[in-house]
Amino acid sequence: MTEQINIQKSEKMDKVPVIKPKKINEFIYFALRNNKLKIGLGVVLFFILLAIIGPLLTKYDWNAYIGPMSQPPSGEFWFGTTTFGQDVYTQFVLGLRAAFLVGIIGGGLGTFIGIIIGFVAGYRGGIVDEVLNILTNVVLVIPTFALLLIIAAYLKVRGIMIESIFIGLTAWPWAARAIRAQTFSLRSRDFVDMARMSGMKPLKIIFTEIAPNMMSYLLMTFILQFGGAILIAATLDFIGLGPTNTISLGLMMNYAVMWGALQFGNWWWFVPPGFAIMAIVGSLYIMNVGLDEVFNPKLREM
Amino acid sequence: MRRYFGRKIVVYLSTFFLAVTIDWAIPRFMPGNPILNLLTRVAGRPETVQHMYAYYSKVFGLDVPVWKQYINFWIALFHGDLGTSVLMFPQKVSAIIMRAVPYDIFLLVPAILLSFYAGNKFGAFAARTKWLDNTVLPLGYMLTATPYMWLGILLAWSLGIVAGIFPIAGAYGFNLQPSLSWVFILSLLEHWFLPFVSLFLVYFGGWAIGMRNMIIYELEADYSHYLEALGAPRSLVRKYAYRNAILPQITGLALQLGVVVAGALVTEVVFSYPGIGYWILQAIQNQDYFLIQGCFLFIIIMVLVANFIIDIVYVIVDPRTRLGMVGGSA
Repeated sequence: MTEQINIQKSEKMDKVPVIKPKKINEFIYFALRNNKLKIGLGVVLFFILLAIIGPLLTKYDWNAYIGPMSQPPSGEFWFGTTTFGQDVYTQFVLGLRAAFLVGIIGGGLGTFIGIIIGFVAGYRGGIVDEVLNILTNVVLVIPTFALLLIIAAYLKVRGIMIESIFIGLTAWPWAARAIRAQTFSLRSRDFVDMARMSGMKPLKIIFTEIAPNMMSYLLMTFILQFGGAILIAATLDFIGLGPTNTISLGLMMNYAVMWGALQFGNWWWFVPPGFAIMAIVGSLYIMNVGLDEVFNPKLREM
Repeated sequence: MRRYFGRKIVVYLSTFFLAVTIDWAIPRFMPGNPILNLLTRVAGRPETVQHMYAYYSKVFGLDVPVWKQYINFWIALFHGDLGTSVLMFPQKVSAIIMRAVPYDIFLLVPAILLSFYAGNKFGAFAARTKWLDNTVLPLGYMLTATPYMWLGILLAWSLGIVAGIFPIAGAYGFNLQPSLSWVFILSLLEHWFLPFVSLFLVYFGGWAIGMRNMIIYELEADYSHYLEALGAPRSLVRKYAYRNAILPQITGLALQLGVVVAGALVTEVVFSYPGIGYWILQAIQNQDYFLIQGCFLFIIIMVLVANFIIDIVYVIVDPRTRLGMVGGSA
């Protein structure tokens, strides 16, 4: 309510800042009517809350042997125990924290590098574009495991941070390609030409003329990178190249397979971590489709 | 077309050169010495160790200056020689890879091609069909968000251990010898099925939603509206939209091959399927850097070759590249 009044006020006072509040209002209007966005966001928020509050509710250490071995879920051990008698619930909620950390840092770094390279390649074009294109291709083709192996051999103790940064440094080519293509199509628009003719510096053109017009696109790129980073981290952890000093969802699956959870039928050990990854990443993707519909009126009507 | 291939070849050659250089560096930048790792297994008197050290240095080609090692690596590469394995000493790395590759082809080629075909068809069919779009496509998103190993674990546990229908490890029964008998072929198929299904499902979800998202843009394009206004039947409009929407999907296939291979690695690990992925894990666990190097080199070459094939397919399906325009591949 107050927001609306503010907007009406500013409308009378000044003409320039009106556009933005109205746009945000319109965004909220369509966002609230988009089920894909609402459901996706709801699931992700649920898991974020679980990752924040969950570890506070447990009295166990994730690595301590606290209970009987291979217990199914019960009132005492909510998600059961592992083959060694560790509490699966504690591992799970701490693993969720690790997953979101990887998503934010890895996905964020990947998006950041992708934005820089995409903007420069798309705006500059020519030889700069060609060179960056080759660089992008090289990073796409080289098995990133190969690089991680060298790092893993040097750093015997690795944390989530190192893994996240590594993922960010290798996952950007997708973002760079997509952003380059978008920048390329925006660069020849009239308003960019105008800015160039008025003597604006390239960097300023990119950040004041091109970037604002791609905001929705950049947000969606970040969401995709966020989900992608979580999936990559799970894969790396599963083959033992992940963190060594903490627990993660991928490591839980790694340990479960290694210590015979399948053979003993300890499904409570390997079902929750994979399910959480699927639910979080899947919801992020669905959220992205919803956002696409909110931002792009053409996709909206059904 | 010449410009199109000219650019591609420059990109491929520089990628290949850089990738091989990084790959060459793997065993050499590792802390510790791969030969000492090997020698620790054979305890012996100091002079024996020294003697063996010199011998192994020669075998692994580490007794010459680094720049010469680099040149020798390229020469050996063009002779198809990827060095000697530490884990399976004295077997050649290339021999181990050659034994593993048939399983990879057997597993990956059907999974990629079938999922690409079925996923695209299904995605195009589901787009703008309200009930399908709202029920099946969330499923597609969930599938593509599923970690490969988790789906593999679930299938192995439910169909393999609980139901006991499928075996969950190896490429064929432990009591069998490779031969051209029905028993053996049946066993091969039985062991192949679960890894195949888990890869297929994850890939399928990705292609289906990719296609769905592409085709709704195409169905909103001017040419589609124009066709509709002319009274063209729905199937014809979809056919044209499909043709345009498939192009980015083919580019996606080329871009995604690296990811696809990584997915196959963990699936092979879950099912102990003796492809390259299985050997990479063995090599990592046993610090056999020469085997790791060989496997990665093989993957790099295969991904580049597959990319090149996709580029050729692109020329066939996208007339713009043939006419010397840049086309949608950039």
